[in-house]
Amino acid sequence: MEPLIQLELSYRKLSKESSFRKELKGLLANYAGRPTPLYLARNLTQRSGGAKIYLKREDLLHGGAHKINNTLGQALLAKRMGKTRIIAETGAGQHGVATAMACATLGLRAEVYMGEEDMERQRLNVYRMKMLGARVHPVGSGSRTLKDAINEALRDWVTNVEDTYYLIGSVVGPHPYPTMVRDFQSIIGIEARRQILQSEGHLPRAAVACVGGGSNSMGLFHPFLHDLEVDLYGVEAGGEGLDRGRHAAPLCAGREGVFHGMLTYILQDANGQIQSTHSISAGLDYPGVGPEHAFLMDTRRAKYAVATDNEALEAFQVLSETEGIMPALEPAHALSYATKLAGNYRKNDAIIVNLSGRGDKDVETVAKHIPN
Amino acid sequence: MKPLPNTSQTETAIESKLGSLRSRGQGALIAFLTGGDPDGKSFLDNATALVDGGADILEVGIPFSDPIADGPVIQGSSQRALLSGATPRGVLGLIKEISLARSVPIVVLTYYNLVLATGLERFLKTAQRSGVGGLVIPDLPVEESDSFRKTSSKHHIDTIFLAGPNTSPTRMRQIIEKSHGFVYMVSLFGVTGPRRELDPVALHSVKRVKALAKGRIPIAAGFGISRPEHVAEIIAAGADGAIVGSALVEIVAHNLEDRERTRVKLKDAVSDLKKATNPSLV
Repeated sequence: MEPLIQLELSYRKLSKESSFRKELKGLLANYAGRPTPLYLARNLTQRSGGAKIYLKREDLLHGGAHKINNTLGQALLAKRMGKTRIIAETGAGQHGVATAMACATLGLRAEVYMGEEDMERQRLNVYRMKMLGARVHPVGSGSRTLKDAINEALRDWVTNVEDTYYLIGSVVGPHPYPTMVRDFQSIIGIEARRQILQSEGHLPRAAVACVGGGSNSMGLFHPFLHDLEVDLYGVEAGGEGLDRGRHAAPLCAGREGVFHGMLTYILQDANGQIQSTHSISAGLDYPGVGPEHAFLMDTRRAKYAVATDNEALEAFQVLSETEGIMPALEPAHALSYATKLAGNYRKNDAIIVNLSGRGDKDVETVAKHIPN
Repeated sequence: MKPLPNTSQTETAIESKLGSLRSRGQGALIAFLTGGDPDGKSFLDNATALVDGGADILEVGIPFSDPIADGPVIQGSSQRALLSGATPRGVLGLIKEISLARSVPIVVLTYYNLVLATGLERFLKTAQRSGVGGLVIPDLPVEESDSFRKTSSKHHIDTIFLAGPNTSPTRMRQIIEKSHGFVYMVSLFGVTGPRRELDPVALHSVKRVKALAKGRIPIAAGFGISRPEHVAEIIAAGADGAIVGSALVEIVAHNLEDRERTRVKLKDAVSDLKKATNPSLV
C-alpha cells in the first residue's frame, strides 16, 4: 500500500505542475507524433452502408500503438520521483515496446515481464524490446499470458520497491493506476472530439473501441462522457464465441470480483478462481477489465459487446483491402462491430472508431489463419 | 519477557495462546501449509504432523489461482492443490477435521476473491464452524476492510492484517488498532519463499512495530523465516510468533513420492523450529 500512496501523492502534485505538463506535451508532439489524424474511411463507410466511419489513427504513433501516450507520462513521472528502474508487463508486446522507447529516451532502465505464450505469438515485439535496450523476463507460470506477467511484475515491485517504478500499461490494477492511465490516454478523446467538430460541425453519434484492460477505450470515451448524445461502445474479445467458453470478455460474461487490486468484472469459476482466457489478439487476452468500464456498464453510460476471433480477422482483411490500412487485431474487434453498427445510423451521422494500433505485429498470426 | 497486558475485554483464542506462551517466556511457532496440497488426505496427515511436532498455531492457505504475494514454492503448492481439486469449501472441511482431532488455533490465509465469490457471510460462517480462529488476506488492505471486519467479528474470527517494512507509522497504527489475533509483520521486501539468511530488515521491522503496538496486540513475523536460527533471532528481537511456510511446503514438494517420509520430516522440522522459540533452550 505504501508505494501506492506515495505514487498517488506524486502524481497529484506533478500532474498539476506546468513544467511536467510542458515536458510531456513536448514529448507527445515531437517524439510520439501527436496529434494523430482523424481519418474519414470513405471506402469502408460505403461498404458498410450507414454512418460515416472515422478512424482515430493511433496506429500512426511512434511504436505503432496508443501505448506510448501512457508510457511517456508514467516514465516522466517515475523520473521525477527519482526512480531509476522501470518494470512493466506486456501482453501483445506493444506496451513493452512503448515502455522500452519511453525509458530509452528518458534515460531509464526497462525490464519487461511477458508470458511465454505471448512471446511466441508476438515474437517480433520481443526482438523490438531487446533492440530498444529492455530486458525481457519470460513468465512461465499460470496461463503464461498477460495476467501472469502482471503477477510477476507485482512480485518484482514489492521486492524492489525502493528504486523501481511499476509502469502498468492499462487502466487496471490498484488505485491510482486506472485513473492515471486514463488521464494519460484521454488525449485520444480530447483530440478526436475537437477534430470531429472541425470536420463535421457536430459530435459523432457513437464512439467505438476495443476493450482488453481498457486503456484505449477509456482514453477515447472519457472526454465524451458528458456528451450524452454520443453512444459509447466497448468491444471485448469474443474468442471462439461466448457460448463456447473460450473468450476474454469479462464485462459481457464475467462476474464481480477482486483481482490485481481492483473490484471489477472478472472471468472466474464458481469458487472465485481466475479463469484462463482466449483471444486471437494477445492484447485483449486478460480475465479482468478496468474498474471504470465496470462503472460505465453498470450506470449504462457505455454498452459492451463482443467480436469473435473470426470477425476480427475478417475486419483486418476488410480494412487492409478497402483503405490500405492494416489494423492490429485488437482494434480489428472494434472495427468489426463498428461496421455493423454504422447501419443503425443515418448517412449524415458520424461514428469514431479508435484504431489503437497497427497490424504489422499480427501479420504472422493472420497469415496462419488466412492462407493466401 | 513480560506477559502481554490484556487490554481488550474479549481476548481472542489466538491472542490468549500467544499471551500464555509469552508468559512462559516463549514465542509461538506458527506453521503453514497449503490446504489440499498435494491432496486432501496427505494434507490432513501433514498438518497433524505439524501439530504433533509442536506447532502452536496452524496456518492453512486456501489455494488461489493467482497468489501474487507468494514466491515459487507456495505458487507450486497452490497449483498442486488446485489440480487435485481443492476448493475453498473443501479446504474448510479439512480444517474442520483437524480442529476436531487436535486442539490447536487455526488461521486461514487466502486471497479476497475467494471470500467474495463464496459471499462474506457464508464464507465466514463456514470458517467459524470449521474451527477457524483468524484470517489473513494479503490483498485486503486495512483501508478497504470495514465490511469484512464487521462480518468477521460477528463470527468471532480475527482479522489479521499484514504490515510491511515500509508501512508508515500512521498506517501501522491503523493496522495495530484494527487487527485481532496478531499483526502479521512481513519481514522483508518481497514475496514468500525460503531464504538462507534472515533479512536484516526483519529484526528492525519487528522492533519498530513492537514499539508502536505497545503490547496492545501480539506481533508475528513471516516471509523468509525458514530455519531455527531465524526463528530464534526474530523471537529474541521481540516477536511473539514466528511464521514458517515455504520451508515446510518445500518438504512436501520434495517428498511427493513418499508420504510417510513427508510426515516424519515435517514433524522433525517443526520440532527443531519450535525449540528455537524458547530462548532458555537456545
